[in-house]
Amino acid sequence: MPGKLKVKIVAGRHLPVMDRASDLTDAFVEVKFGNTTFKTDVYLKSLNPQWNSEWFKFEVDDEDLQDEPLQITVLDHDTYSANDAIGKVYIDIDPLLYSEAATVISGWFPIYDTIHGIRGEINVVVKVDLFNDLNRFRQSSCGVKFFCTTSIPKCYRAVIIHGFVEELVVNEDPEYQWIDRIRTPRASNEARQRLISLMSGELQRKIGLKVLEMRGNAVVGYLQCFDLEGESGLVVRAIGTACTLDKLSSPAAFLPACNSPSKEMKEIPFNEDPNPNTHSSGPSTPLKNQTYSFSPSKSYSRQSSSSDTDLSLTPKTGMGSGSAGKEGGPFKALLRQQTQSALEQREFPFFTLTAFPPGFLVHVGGVVSARSVKLLDRIHNPDEPETRDAWWAEIRQEIKSHAKALGCHAVVGYSESTSICEEVCILSASGTAAVLNPRFLQDGTVEGCLEQRLEENLPTRCGFCHIPYDELNMPFPAHLTYCYNCRKQKVPDVLFTTIDLPTDATVIGKGCLIQARLCRLKKKAQAEANATAISNLLPFMEYEVHTQLMNKLKLKGMNALFGLRIQITVGENMLMGLASATGVYLAALPTPGGIQIAGKTPNDGSYEQHISHMQKKINDTIAKNKELYEINPPEISEEIIGSPIPEPRQRSRLLRSQSESSDEVTELDLSHGKKDAFVLEIDDTDAMEDVHSLLTDVPPPSGFYSCNTEIMPGINNWTSEIQMFTSVRVIRLSSLNLTNQALNKNFNDLCENLLKSLYFKLRSMIPCCLCHVNFTVSLPEDELIQVTVTAVAITFDKNQALQTTKTPVEKSLQRASTDNEELLQFPLELCSDSLPSHPFPPAKATSVDYSSFADRCSSWIELIKLKAQTIRRGSIKTTMTVEKASPVGDGNFRNRSAPPCANSTVGVVKMTPLSFIPGAKITKYLGIINMFFIRETTSLREEGGVSGFLHAFIAEVFAMVRAHVAALGGNAVVSYIMKQCVFMENPNKNQAQCLINVSGDAVVFVRESDLEVVSSQQPTTNCQSSCTEGEVTT
Amino acid sequence: MTSELDIFVGNTTLIDEDVYRLWLDGYSVTDAVALRVRSGILEQTGATAAVLQSDTMDHYRTFHMLERLLHAPPKLLHQLIFQIPPSRQALLIERYYAFDEAFVREVLGKKLSKGTKKDLDDISTKTGITLKSCRRQFDNFKRVFKVVEEMRGSLVDNIQQHFLLSDRLARDYAAIVFFANNRFETGKKKLQYLSFGDFAFCAELMIQNWTLGADLKELKVLVADKDLLDLHKSLVCTALRGKLGVFSEMEANFKNLSRGLVNVAAKLTHNKDVRDLFVDLVEKFVEPCRSDHWPLSDVRFFLNQYSASVHSLDGFRHQALWDRYMGTLRGCLLRLYHD
Repeated sequence: MPGKLKVKIVAGRHLPVMDRASDLTDAFVEVKFGNTTFKTDVYLKSLNPQWNSEWFKFEVDDEDLQDEPLQITVLDHDTYSANDAIGKVYIDIDPLLYSEAATVISGWFPIYDTIHGIRGEINVVVKVDLFNDLNRFRQSSCGVKFFCTTSIPKCYRAVIIHGFVEELVVNEDPEYQWIDRIRTPRASNEARQRLISLMSGELQRKIGLKVLEMRGNAVVGYLQCFDLEGESGLVVRAIGTACTLDKLSSPAAFLPACNSPSKEMKEIPFNEDPNPNTHSSGPSTPLKNQTYSFSPSKSYSRQSSSSDTDLSLTPKTGMGSGSAGKEGGPFKALLRQQTQSALEQREFPFFTLTAFPPGFLVHVGGVVSARSVKLLDRIHNPDEPETRDAWWAEIRQEIKSHAKALGCHAVVGYSESTSICEEVCILSASGTAAVLNPRFLQDGTVEGCLEQRLEENLPTRCGFCHIPYDELNMPFPAHLTYCYNCRKQKVPDVLFTTIDLPTDATVIGKGCLIQARLCRLKKKAQAEANATAISNLLPFMEYEVHTQLMNKLKLKGMNALFGLRIQITVGENMLMGLASATGVYLAALPTPGGIQIAGKTPNDGSYEQHISHMQKKINDTIAKNKELYEINPPEISEEIIGSPIPEPRQRSRLLRSQSESSDEVTELDLSHGKKDAFVLEIDDTDAMEDVHSLLTDVPPPSGFYSCNTEIMPGINNWTSEIQMFTSVRVIRLSSLNLTNQALNKNFNDLCENLLKSLYFKLRSMIPCCLCHVNFTVSLPEDELIQVTVTAVAITFDKNQALQTTKTPVEKSLQRASTDNEELLQFPLELCSDSLPSHPFPPAKATSVDYSSFADRCSSWIELIKLKAQTIRRGSIKTTMTVEKASPVGDGNFRNRSAPPCANSTVGVVKMTPLSFIPGAKITKYLGIINMFFIRETTSLREEGGVSGFLHAFIAEVFAMVRAHVAALGGNAVVSYIMKQCVFMENPNKNQAQCLINVSGDAVVFVRESDLEVVSSQQPTTNCQSSCTEGEVTT
Repeated sequence: MTSELDIFVGNTTLIDEDVYRLWLDGYSVTDAVALRVRSGILEQTGATAAVLQSDTMDHYRTFHMLERLLHAPPKLLHQLIFQIPPSRQALLIERYYAFDEAFVREVLGKKLSKGTKKDLDDISTKTGITLKSCRRQFDNFKRVFKVVEEMRGSLVDNIQQHFLLSDRLARDYAAIVFFANNRFETGKKKLQYLSFGDFAFCAELMIQNWTLGADLKELKVLVADKDLLDLHKSLVCTALRGKLGVFSEMEANFKNLSRGLVNVAAKLTHNKDVRDLFVDLVEKFVEPCRSDHWPLSDVRFFLNQYSASVHSLDGFRHQALWDRYMGTLRGCLLRLYHD
């Protein structure tokens, strides 16, 4: 009995009227945990009941504490008939189970009903007393911290990054067919909500156990998903990265680590001097010999092949294809040995992180992905979800072997997803093949400052671009050049990754969101035939998505993609592909060649003319984009770089056993040959269409930037205003003569119009950037396409860039020329920045002005506090001197509104999909937020139709997330993600239903301006580091 | 390709003041879009009409959802569904409760009942204010009236506490409630020249200084007792001789004016007759003076002297009552005395 859960029900407010006669409610509350239920007294005739209950105490196992949610039900007492439920609150008490997080959950929670939505609020206090229990056989994993954030959380330090953890649990879905059911909608929805809550708890506990086994204490990049498989059940699965984290004690200590573009710890393995502190056991200069091969396209090679053909009708027992891993011989370099020894114990050397501690990422190979089409069958024994496990194991194995083929021993930025339609399911996994620094992967890696000093003199910021594979034995042809930064290593011409841009990467100009969109019609079919049809279509879709991405990237004049996410969605009669990524110009990579159009039939004169016209348009677009994104790569002459291209290297090994996947690679050559200019052959109307569609993408209006990564490359002067939003659109296709082309156009328009609407809506925030733009596509019905976008708009200050960059520029005058180059970028940037005229009249009286909203709020709260004090002192003064013309002054206003409950001010809770809050420091992580809601209506028209229904529901979900964060004592949720938004409607029955799953990390942040003492120390640290750097490099 | 569903939900609720105005003014989405197009927003932003349509719909939906909360503004402050910065909340409330001068003049002093609500159609046609907007304004009046009707304490304070309005707007609402409660007649043709501001000014004076049930009948002696009336007249005339441009007119009219002013007081004791207060004031005082072209300064002189001279009437025992009555009445009359 290692825990005591204590709950107190304080009060309710804004309850709905349950008794029409009196216009009042006789409310009481049931508090349930596990199988124990307590009740409060009935508070008669009030919409604002004050129960002020005793402490309800539950004595429970910590296993239950982890699995079970606390369930609070508010009811209306009825003497003569059954009590009516008003609504429920589920509270996940997990955050109370580890010491560093929240100690108490206390606050107003929206009372939620799956039919009526939010119906008032209830004030609850929850505490947990945990007894220390050293039971060896314990099944709980209390104390393991979970983070959705896909980087090392800001106030922690990674001691060891253990690696991949995964788990899945399955269950029968209590009621997936919501339209024709026996139970009442409310009962069935609540059963589902509760089940999913239980399953998530169980899943988290199981993952926690795995982490403890690995001797870690945290999971970072925790991603939990639901597969609503319909008849075959409900799967909840999660992946994450197990770590051992150390809390950084004082905020001053972590500031430099988090903020200064990390100059420490670069590429130890490349150190010419044997570094005593790395775990090297052999000669220390092997890596020059290690020449790998690469093409970014590699990632798109037909990796889906092995599994999408076998349909898992004959389950494989041997774990897939990976023979590559066992290859040995002289080729293996030191680094490889080290890291492999560290990684080989792991079944899957995968990391869900997208941003890494400095020095962790050594090389990046490219994107690896695998898809597999499966037929869902009933899960007979939920306790042994072997089939689903085997499916994922297969895919992971494939990913692993693809990574090997790219000369990489690990996969970073790893994620998994599914798309389900009827009984067909596409499983997808993708990540970025990488070579990692073993330092973080092993025990006993707590190094002193000495090592960091030594490492600082390594100038390379381009290391991650260098190819990790064998140049002479590339999986397929690619264009390699010497790195434009260091001139020592080879780099590919284009780099695709699923990770965030490393903070120390040198980028020229700004980045931009690049999307490839694609639809393919498919015949309606059943079971195996359907699965086969889908499998056959997949490689073509991958190919086309890749081609589109490549074309658009070139059109932008850029050479690398970060945060690449390709979603393939399956519907009854079509497949949709949507790839989003952030394009940048990496200084280390060569300037991309243009796009050249070549006609197939050169004899026709007018055709020729048309071609040349198109060519001109494309060239103009590229030129325009270069200007727009400020891509002015410096002319690098050999003198400046000063490092001659090294002698051809000695190859220690040319032979390499081909892995299964590299065999496949040759089947489908996605590299488009190796040519300086990218040639588009227009051989039919389809190709023409493609070229046209390339040119239809409109750049965002001036003052706007967008990206799908955490930070926008090229913008670093964020101001504090943020606006997170979700936008959903559903379009109905006219079913008449649907062609692929028409479909593509519809889909393209849908996405483009959605973006245009976002830019328009957020125009008052200009200059601003949409970050972490996350598109999700689903096909709820035959002719419906649903696109859901979540992103955050962040304002930035154009002028401030000067101030913030000045200091480093001055301080680093003595630095190497490569560094100077990078820093010089900023002044250049500014010149061009100030030129474009403002598209909207600035600060027009009518425009929505949200600027300094946060500041206003905080000052408002200050004011209330002041007022509260003065009131307590007994000098109540009703201010009557408001300026007549203006709207009410805040403080004044608030003072009068003094409600029955004195401190019921609704605190502002920020939400963002990013892992940070601009202009603020995260001082505490309070725990993971993982919430699942179902909302249903049988009066769709009355609730404003589908738009009204979903609008209200999403607003309610936001509200419930904010309330939980506030009750934990937090003021923001970071790494927020809406993982699922499943919307179904039946307008004929006036019904609709929606399921939403969201997650994120509840945090406490403090504005930087409030941290003056701390921040004043920062420049000193910066100075020191740059000084030392200067000394070493000269 | 048609949009089945199209929504935007921000963690901070986006409020577009321009669209809010259009919504409050009762325009349909289509009309609002047309008006926005006319404002040149498309050219300014490079947006398309479809974008504008989607944006307008979205804002309208938000406002529709907020409307329920705006009916009880403290709820807007404490609700959790919409995260709105306090300054925006204030703006939403203030604008929602703001009303049109033309509308309020039509409704002022009328019973806020269903009957009046039925007349909103006509008011809408007459004023050019959309019916929707008329309904909102009328419902606001009625809602505020219902809430504060039975409350004790300062009317303005009660309104401010329950509706979180600015001081100015709360005072206006106090006037509206006061007028609705007393059912003052304001619609007569001869009262048309008066603005809402004039009435609100008078209402405020009356709320502050007058209490119901005071025995104003006692004042009647001032005109009923012929000696007292003559004495009063001679006191005023003596004091004002040579100081008033319209002296002779005043002298000739004194008894009528005095009778008018004192009778108003007497009528105030009968609830039924209270309604005619403004009609009486205009008929019995403002119009006679205006027809004789009294300048405002002379009106002020006269009223001061008229009021003060009563102190010298030995037979009159209700000095305090008189001062309270005339103090307010003088203020009102001076405000009402214009073209």
